[in-house]
Amino acid sequence: MDIGRQAVALGSHEVSRFAELLAQHEDALVTTWTDQVAATLRGRLSAAELHRQTAELHKGFRSALEGGATSLDAEAAGELRALLGDLSTSRARQGFTATETATSVYALKDAVLRILDDNGGADATTLRDYLGFSAFVDRAGLLTFDAYVRAREELISDQAEQLLELSTPVVKLWEGVVAVPLVGTLDSARAQVVMERLLQTLVDTGSPYAIIDITGVPAVDTQVAQHILKTVVAARLMGADCIISGIRPQIAQTIVALGIEFGDIATKSSLADALRHVLRLTGEAARRGGPREG
Amino acid sequence: MTANDGGRIPVASDQDVVRVRQLVRTVAVAVKLSLVDQTKVVTAASELARNTLVYGGGGTVEVSRADNGRRAGVRIVFTDQGPGIADIDLAFTDGYTSGGGLGLGLSGARRLVDEFDIDTAVGQGTTITVTKWCR
Repeated sequence: MDIGRQAVALGSHEVSRFAELLAQHEDALVTTWTDQVAATLRGRLSAAELHRQTAELHKGFRSALEGGATSLDAEAAGELRALLGDLSTSRARQGFTATETATSVYALKDAVLRILDDNGGADATTLRDYLGFSAFVDRAGLLTFDAYVRAREELISDQAEQLLELSTPVVKLWEGVVAVPLVGTLDSARAQVVMERLLQTLVDTGSPYAIIDITGVPAVDTQVAQHILKTVVAARLMGADCIISGIRPQIAQTIVALGIEFGDIATKSSLADALRHVLRLTGEAARRGGPREG
Repeated sequence: MTANDGGRIPVASDQDVVRVRQLVRTVAVAVKLSLVDQTKVVTAASELARNTLVYGGGGTVEVSRADNGRRAGVRIVFTDQGPGIADIDLAFTDGYTSGGGLGLGLSGARRLVDEFDIDTAVGQGTTITVTKWCR
């Protein structure tokens, strides 16, 4: 492996030769390079923006090579690595594919090859130089892949977190009645968030009633049921009564077949029924306790 | 093969259990199971896939269309290389759990499907095959 790598790796001579080549043909290189990239991105980035990015990358490669960087891990290539990372991150966030991102780097090879062709230098030395340089650019391309994937993963985990926040609102439905409309999958992480929110809202609003609506939960299995039951028990410990609403016929039949028992917890088929049920309870309480409210 | 015909999903995290549910639902809709039966088979798949994950330490779930000549249906095979089940009768007892669940997953899943077949041995892992037929 080492022998193979040495054969195509850049030596210090080649590095300086390529640094010179990059410097000498800067304009031609950047233009060809930009054109190549523009063709793959098909106008989704403005020409000026693209040109600026390519020129920056060119500068990065050039200063890395001028600094004597024979590999991408070298200290002199630090700036280039940072540039590649930034480029990948911005491409990933703008929704470009990994291929389109890596092509932004690989296009440099074609541009350099064209310059070498124009100079008529197709001898063995040039070929060897070019292979070494090509390996260097390949590594740079791989680096963009890594950075791209990392950026996308960050994006996904950000979104997952946002989704968690978005999808678990606790709303005040009536004086003394809060509701939690659950939508989607109720896994342990979300169940935890739901429970915390609900209990906090019960404290903040001093509500004696909470309605948990599961209309938007596609399947109620034992785990979901267990999470709901725990939430109800926790709310009860704080003195609030819970009603579960949004139990559709198919969910009801599934719950029965599974053997899940909701015990003495009130359940209703719709949120409206649940609210009516609560209002009747509070109405009775109000009649017993004095003048009616609301 | 499209998602309508099923597929094979490795189960190694909670997200995979969600994917199993979605695939089972897709196939159940494609073979025209009633809404109640869709919900039942999806719930059964959810229970068993979670068992595969939690008790079997992960495994694979294979979802396919079934056809016995008269009726179409959904067949799901859950396979894990986990510790296996020592006492099957106990495991199928309502309310019994070796973990922290309600103890209804295995027995409940059996009630939710039409055919239920379990093949397990201590140290050999567990394979469960379930089928839900159209009515």
